[in-house]
Amino acid sequence: MSAVMISRRNFLVTGLTAAGGFAVGLPLGLGSAQADSASAGKIGFYVEVRPDNSFVLGTAQPEIGQGVRTSLTMLIAEELEVPWERVSIEPMPLGIVKTADGYTWKYGGQGAGGSTSVTDAWEFLRQVGATAREMLVTAAAQRWSVPVGRCHAEAGYVLCDDNGQRFSYAELAADAAALPQPEEPPALKPQSEFSLVGTPRNTIDARDIVTGKARYGIDTEMPGMRYAVIQRAPQLDAKVVSYDDREVRQVPGVVDVFKIDGPEPGAPYHILAEGVAVVATSQWAAFEGRRKLRIEWTESPWKDESTETFWAQTAELLSGEGQVVRDDGDFVGALSAADKTVEARYQVPYVNHAPLEPQNCYADVREDSVHIIAPTQSPSGSNRAAHTITGIDREKIRVDMTRVGGGFGRRLTNDYTAEAVLISQKIGAPVKLVWSREDDVQHDFYRPSGEHEFKAGLSADGKVTAWTHRLASASKYYRRENVAPEDMYGAEMYIDDFPAGIVDNLRIEWLAVTSGVPRGSWRAPAHTANAFTVQSFIDEVAHAAGRDPLELRLELYGDNRELPYGQHGGPTFNPWRLSRLLKHVAKEIDYGAERPKGRAVGIASHFTFGGYAAHALEVEVGSQGELDIRRVVAAVDCGVVVNPRGVEAQLQGGTIDGFSTALNLEITVDQGRIQQSNFHDYRIARMAEIPRNIECHILPYGDTPTGMGEMGIPTVAPALTNAIYNACGVRIRKLPIADQLAKQLS
Amino acid sequence: MISIYSCGMETFSVNGQPAEFEGDPATPLLWVIRDHIGLKGTKFGCGIGQCGACTVHIDGRAVRSCMTPVSGAAGKSVTTIEGLAPSEEKLHPVQLAWLEMDVPQCGYCQAGQIMAAAELIASNPAPDDDAIDQHMTNICRCGTYTRIRKAIHRASELSAEGS
Ligand code: FES
Ligand code: FES
Repeated sequence: MSAVMISRRNFLVTGLTAAGGFAVGLPLGLGSAQADSASAGKIGFYVEVRPDNSFVLGTAQPEIGQGVRTSLTMLIAEELEVPWERVSIEPMPLGIVKTADGYTWKYGGQGAGGSTSVTDAWEFLRQVGATAREMLVTAAAQRWSVPVGRCHAEAGYVLCDDNGQRFSYAELAADAAALPQPEEPPALKPQSEFSLVGTPRNTIDARDIVTGKARYGIDTEMPGMRYAVIQRAPQLDAKVVSYDDREVRQVPGVVDVFKIDGPEPGAPYHILAEGVAVVATSQWAAFEGRRKLRIEWTESPWKDESTETFWAQTAELLSGEGQVVRDDGDFVGALSAADKTVEARYQVPYVNHAPLEPQNCYADVREDSVHIIAPTQSPSGSNRAAHTITGIDREKIRVDMTRVGGGFGRRLTNDYTAEAVLISQKIGAPVKLVWSREDDVQHDFYRPSGEHEFKAGLSADGKVTAWTHRLASASKYYRRENVAPEDMYGAEMYIDDFPAGIVDNLRIEWLAVTSGVPRGSWRAPAHTANAFTVQSFIDEVAHAAGRDPLELRLELYGDNRELPYGQHGGPTFNPWRLSRLLKHVAKEIDYGAERPKGRAVGIASHFTFGGYAAHALEVEVGSQGELDIRRVVAAVDCGVVVNPRGVEAQLQGGTIDGFSTALNLEITVDQGRIQQSNFHDYRIARMAEIPRNIECHILPYGDTPTGMGEMGIPTVAPALTNAIYNACGVRIRKLPIADQLAKQLS
Repeated sequence: MISIYSCGMETFSVNGQPAEFEGDPATPLLWVIRDHIGLKGTKFGCGIGQCGACTVHIDGRAVRSCMTPVSGAAGKSVTTIEGLAPSEEKLHPVQLAWLEMDVPQCGYCQAGQIMAAAELIASNPAPDDDAIDQHMTNICRCGTYTRIRKAIHRASELSAEGS
């Protein structure tokens, strides 16, 4: 998810430090000079004290349903010493500032990708709260003319230990805001003194959601705003030859129709596809107008691509040699010396992100400024897209973030911002571009598809002595600037993943598939495919060795120790933490119990971006292949837990996403065209198809948190297919499961 | 909040207020509610009746407003998420249960889910899990289904208690 990785150095607001930021470079200007608004109660960017002694805390990160508006706000409130019931939130725009060193981010890095928000904010936002609190305490001490040490903050008040008096924060805010900011951030509370962090808290703005007041990008209305839709090329990389808009212009409300140039085949994307835009005075008129468009398209350079040709290509590639991206010990020698070898191939399909709020963006391009309102996971990317098209200084491009109706990685890419900017620029007026569901299903940066081949060697006593994982896939890095062909694998295989560093003789190979299907980051990116395949194969190895899959995993995961982990989520990986989770879920589900014929348990565990997860499922498979998921036990170790209720929601939601995707979801291609188009043929699971209860267990660890947006999903598919195998003997090696059981058993 | 169009062809009420729409009677009620009346709580998710994000009540029955032409509301009473609560202070039991169970994640589907659940509770005050499965066909992409189920059971208790 490098699109949103902002280097540590960029966290520093160097240009502002002299004016009031911490000398150590704390990334905020807390002094009044740096506050965004002139409101008397504003202490720095994040903290506003209202006259009624309630507290409005800024949220700088995109809220895509991962709960950051709640969990990150808890971090500020913990140190600010304010009662949670009196806290509300205020979304902040992108904080981009130009300095002598280039652009930097005055609120710290802003973006939702790679489950990093909580980890990145862990110290920073507590320092924000602590600094504002110390400034309030100092203001009170000055009024009482007592040393700061004789005052303390408690529940929105500063109390004097000498005279027993107190001031509310509201009474002190104006004085505090005028104080110079401390040179060093105040010391943070030890975790043992937390009173808010670690306690379960409901979604802070849930009342707005349940009353219909919450505003999403698609709800944007601005004066003079037009509405737009685009008819994009139905075949991959096709171009417009000509179009006939006469009937379109007959539709009441349609005001303009024009072509939007797409990228050249193979060139990096700024938008996904060429198309024709229809601009109207209402959303419905724009949709209606589009239905009347007649467009002649060029032949697609991918007209011969289909899902069948994709799998033919992977098979062909796997029969040859790949790029060796990790080679430990002597894999070839160990395999030939093995007492027994096991091998298997697995196929993982393309899938669509399908956030429930379709892509949309408001853009108002003026001569020397741009205003963007977008549901985005990457506001800086949105800003960059607008800058690239208009050439306007990035500091003059305001990006406001709404609550986002789901992200799943789709909104790390700001192609829809680019489209809206192009349209606004062309019509010289503000515009809201909205995609239909068909647009979204047919034009996505899909999760990459691939075929995985594994081989393992076993010694006579059932130990794993050799292991190889070879993947033929279509890297999501393709069509990116500055990624060399030999680095493409990095998006699809994380070479330090289990069992690297554990099985001594290990080889990892990658083979590049050529495909015109656009690819991108899909929740937990390559971990979904790799956890499915590795955790399936480890079961296959255990069965071949005559060993229990749980016992084999525990042996391989081994003792409590840190292994080097060079990819996102590192710098280390402790496989023992997976053992701890596995033992927990195994006990909860009564792993060793005798079960009636057709009923069995399956397990899986995986390390994702710094977090650890395990699933144990009990399923029953009927004689005709009817699948009943009877019990679901999920466990996660995401380090320190900030908001257990939020973690549980992510674990439940990730588990359900895992079921929905493994059971039914697949994007297929025919003649260079995506075959699915809406929720009737891209069937996200409905309530009746999902187990009624998901038992969630949170096992805290250590003293820092990791994010939670992605850890819940990767282990679901392999736990399910392992359970299915144990129940009925059918090994699912191709996702989605769909009707494979019925076909094989009946 | 409600725009009144003179010489309107379709007359109906939205959340108790009279509304008129002048324009193509085939226009989906969804877009009339969102863009002409200006109530944004009702969401667009698929436009083909699959996801239920656009669910509103017409004379108390849950309908998918993306598939309902505005003419289908003529002379009828439409309730949207903004009009479900009896008052600003007093929420509907389904909304209360949703808050208590902390149902929403991204929240985009929730207006539709709540409208669907409110109809269920009205017609079946104590639905069992099978009844919930049958009735609740709205999509939640974030996977809040387990909490939706709990919240419906809780809403049924709350309405029995007269909340
Ligand atoms: S938008 Fe109406 S059912 Fe999806
Ligand atoms: S809460 Fe996001 S779609 Fe339901």
